[in-house]
Order: sequence, then structure tokens, then C-alpha cells
Amino acid sequence: MAAATQPFFRRHKSLARDIEGYLYISPWLFGFFTLTLGPFVTSFLMSFTKWEVLSPPVFTGLANYQRIFLHDPLPMKALYNTAYYVVLGVPSGLVLALALAILLNQNVKGLPFFRTVFYLPSVTSGVASAILWLGLFDARFGIINILLRQVGIEGPRWLGSTAWSKPALVIMRLWYVGNSVVIFLAGLQGVPQHLYEAAEVDGGGFLAKTWHITVPMMTPTIFFNLVMGIIGSFQVFTSSYVMTGGGPANSTLFYVLYLYRNAFVYFQMGYASALAWLFFLVILVFTGIQLLASRYWVYYEEPVGRI
Amino acid sequence: MTQTGIVAVEQTASSAAGAAPAAMARRRASGTNRYAVLRSVSRVGVYLLLAVGCLAYGAPLLWMISTSLKTPAAIMAQPPQWLPNPVVWRNYTEALTILPFNLFLRNTVFITFWTMVGVALSCTVVAYGFARLSFRGRDFWFVVLLSTMMLPGQVTMIPVFMIFRALGWINTFKPLIVPSFFGDAFFIFLLRQFYMTIPRELDDAATVDGCGRFTILWRIHVHLMKPALAAVAVFSFINGWNDFMGPLIYLTDMKMMTLAVGLNLFRGQYYSYMHYMMAASTATLMPVLAVFFIAQKYFIQGITLTGIKG
Repeated sequence: MAAATQPFFRRHKSLARDIEGYLYISPWLFGFFTLTLGPFVTSFLMSFTKWEVLSPPVFTGLANYQRIFLHDPLPMKALYNTAYYVVLGVPSGLVLALALAILLNQNVKGLPFFRTVFYLPSVTSGVASAILWLGLFDARFGIINILLRQVGIEGPRWLGSTAWSKPALVIMRLWYVGNSVVIFLAGLQGVPQHLYEAAEVDGGGFLAKTWHITVPMMTPTIFFNLVMGIIGSFQVFTSSYVMTGGGPANSTLFYVLYLYRNAFVYFQMGYASALAWLFFLVILVFTGIQLLASRYWVYYEEPVGRI
Repeated sequence: MTQTGIVAVEQTASSAAGAAPAAMARRRASGTNRYAVLRSVSRVGVYLLLAVGCLAYGAPLLWMISTSLKTPAAIMAQPPQWLPNPVVWRNYTEALTILPFNLFLRNTVFITFWTMVGVALSCTVVAYGFARLSFRGRDFWFVVLLSTMMLPGQVTMIPVFMIFRALGWINTFKPLIVPSFFGDAFFIFLLRQFYMTIPRELDDAATVDGCGRFTILWRIHVHLMKPALAAVAVFSFINGWNDFMGPLIYLTDMKMMTLAVGLNLFRGQYYSYMHYMMAASTATLMPVLAVFFIAQKYFIQGITLTGIKG
């Protein structure tokens, strides 16, 4: 009798514990099902329909995908522009952030001041700072071209030129690397000092120490920032919406801007959903490739992941 | 660099007072004077590079403030005028009247405030569940939570819009506020990491004293978590204040617009009035900069704790 009640009691108790646990995470679970998983599946289904909001959806099979790949030149153009921005912007941003963090890690005086200056732009991201950069890049009155004129160079038309519009937005992106600088700085402070001392004994200079100790020890952090940076940069929207409207000649038409237009300007929800799913798959492939590649270059000291 | 200079540098390097013999020994060990010279030269180099970096990172914001106080003629001046002369404070009063700035400000503050409240409440509870309770499926759901951080919002955006539209929430603040009460993956992760640093013995002691779980959470943890909650508050403030796509999609009526959307509207009409544009942008960024300077410590802690954000 006692032996029979015991497991029941225990099961009962663990059931109560389960209920309590799920109760605590229920706000997130509810949000996850209604605002993430549900919409995730729904948008997949919507991508096979023609749905213009006011009329009911009509199943059209693969028509939306055919349109993306065969009839509409803009999705590929937008994908190219976005890939350009990501491939140029993310690695250069990481190199810059790591360089700044290494500089800040040289026992400099006034570290909090420098860190503040480098981090400050990151908190201003949004329309206001996009307008600020619109002013900086202005062909005639922007400070960049005024300064170039001072040294006798007539600067390009930046956002008004198809050749310079994307590089301009990449340059602007470099202004927001403060987050990565702070992360790298924290990581650098965790690199064991004895490794550097050992290298000094062996006569290693600054560059040797950086290349053979700092960079390898930082690879997990670099990898993590690379993955999140790529995912984040693929979603670039505000700068092109506010500063260029995708122009000139669609040279800054980024993918999310095109997706936004199809959904909320043209109200083609079915087609926009197909675009959204293609976007998801592209990011998934990019992230997958990085995960595979990481085996060859990311060094984990202990067998534990970062999270 | 003179000989005494090198010695001085060496001595500051070995911080202990009266460590001259040790410094001498170290100098001998590290090789010749040439090495020390190289080191002090490289220190100058470090500061030089940092100064250049500071200039590049600080100049845009300073230029914005300076331009916002200039006359149109001064903006075009060649060579550039760094300090505005004359200082035109009127730019602000004019720019902020052209744009219904107070209305946009009120809307932005309202949305940002309730988003912060929602995020702080929901994430505290959910993170506690993930950090302190052991229930079946917890680790599975935690992995799911982390992977949602990697899911671009654009994939779910359209059905979510349709849901809010069906609820009649278009042109209300609800689509921007209500989701924050269901938690946010990044903030849950941040708080969970922080919970893990609070010793469990504290919970056990409180349990012995007869505290229930919820009492422990609200009476003890919330107090210990203040720095982490402050980080969550400031991050969600910044996110709410700078959010553009959300208000752009859901708020179409001028009366409902936020600063971000309103500022963009203003840009469309007053592009050629750079002094006005910079005045309006500066005014929009001021609260963000103020919060950053007051709560800087929490930003740095929050980023360092999670290794992400951005």
C-alpha cells in the first residue's frame, strides 16, 4: 500500500512543479505561440496565396515564387544590394570594433571616456541619426564634402550616386560598432594574462601576441558577433527608407524595404509572405554555412558553448 | 625620448613604490633600452589612434548640434564653421512648432513607458521560471527562446499585422505595447543570466523562514536584480524610442504618430532646411543621450553580461 502511494505522490508533486514552472513562463509561451510560431506557419501558408487584404485569400500554388524568380527583377536586385551591404559592412565592422577594443585594452587612461565616445552612436540608431547622416553626406552642404573640398577634392554625390550610395551606407554602419567594441573589450579582459607573459618570454612583439593569442582566444566572441551581425544587417531598413527611399535607381533597395513596400504599400500580403520566406531561407543558409565553417576557425578553450 | 623619460615610464609601469631595483631587473630581462623606447613610442601611438577614433565617432553628433544652431548661410560656409556664430536658438522653437513636436513627444513617451513596464514585469517572471524552477521541458523551451532571437521579425510581421488588424488595433498604440507584456527573448536571457549569479542558498534560507516562491521573487530577488532590471529598462527605453518600423506600420493618423515617424514626415517636407532638420533631430535624440549618460553603467553591464545586443 505504502509502496503504491509513494510513486503516485511523487508524480503528483512533480506535476505540481511542472504546472508551476509553466505558469511562470506562460507569458512568453503565450506570446511565442500567438505572435511567433503561429504567424511563422501562417506566413508560409500565405506565401501560396494571392491576398490583397480586403478580398479573401485565393490559393495560387507556386505563382508567388515564380514571380520572385522569373518575372520580378527587383527581389534579386534587393537581395544583391543587401548581400553587398552585409558582406562589406559586417566584416569591416568587426575588424574595426576589435581594433578599437584592443587599443582600449592597452591599459589606457580615461578608458570610460573613450568607451563612452565609441558607444554613444549605438544608442542613437534610428530616424534622427539617419537624418544626421543625410546631412553629413549631402553633396553640397554636407560636412564630408565640405572637408574634401578643403583639401581640393570634389567629393562624390554619395547618396545621389548609384556607385556611392551603398558604400555610403556601409560607412554609416561603421559608426554603430560601439556594441561590439564593448563586447570585445569584455572578452579581451578575460584572456588569461599568463599567455601574454609566456609570449613575451619567447620574444613575441605586439603583433605576434595579437595574432597568435588575442585573435584565437577571441574567436568564439568574434563568431557570435559575426552571426548576430549578419542576421541584424540583413534586416537593414531605416537607413534606406529614410535616407534614400531605395534610390537612386534602386541602388539601395534593400530586401526588407522591398518586402515592406509589397506588404504595406501595395498590400500584396501573399507575395510579401513569399518574399519573407525566401528571406528566412537565405538567412538560414548563411547562418548554416557559418556554423559549419566555424569548426575550422573558432577555438573553444573549454568544451562549453558561449550561451 | 631621453634616458630619464624611459626610466620614468618603466617605473610607472611597475606600480609599486620603491620598486626601482625590480624595474632595473625587469629592464635587463626584457632586453635593451631600444625595447623600452619602442614601448613608449607605441603608447603614444595608442593614444594617437584613440584620439583619431574619438574625433571620427564624436564629430557627427557635435556637427549635428552645431548645425542646429546655425544660420543657413553659416551651414554653407567654406571653410566649415565649427562653432555657430551667431548662435540661433530660434531654430529650435521654429522647427519644433512646424512639427507638432509636443504631440509626438507625448505619444512616444506613452508607448515607451508602457513598453518598459510590460517588458520589466513579464521578463522578470519568465526569467525566474527559466533560472530557478525545474520542470519538464524547461531546457527545450529555453533553446526555443534563444533561437527566436535569430528569427528575423520580418518573417512573422505580416500575419501579426493581420491579427492586430482583425482585433481592430490599427491606429492604436496596442500593437506596439501589448506584445511587450509577453516578454522579449533578449531581456529574458539577460535576466536569467543574472538570476544564475544569485546564490540559491538565499532562496533556501527564505524558504525556511516560510517565504513562498512569489514572495522570494518580489521581496528578495527584485532587490538584488536592480542593476539587471535597470539594464533591461534602459535598453527597452532606447528600443522603444528609436523604433521606426512598428509605428510606421501601425500608426497612420498624424495624431497618433511617434517622434521617429513624425521626424521622417518632417524630413520629406523640409529637406532643404538643414538647420531645422538638425534641430528636430537633436531634440529627438536628447532624451536618449540623457538616459545614456545617467545610466551608462547599466548599458555596459547588460552588454557584458550577455555578450549580445545590437
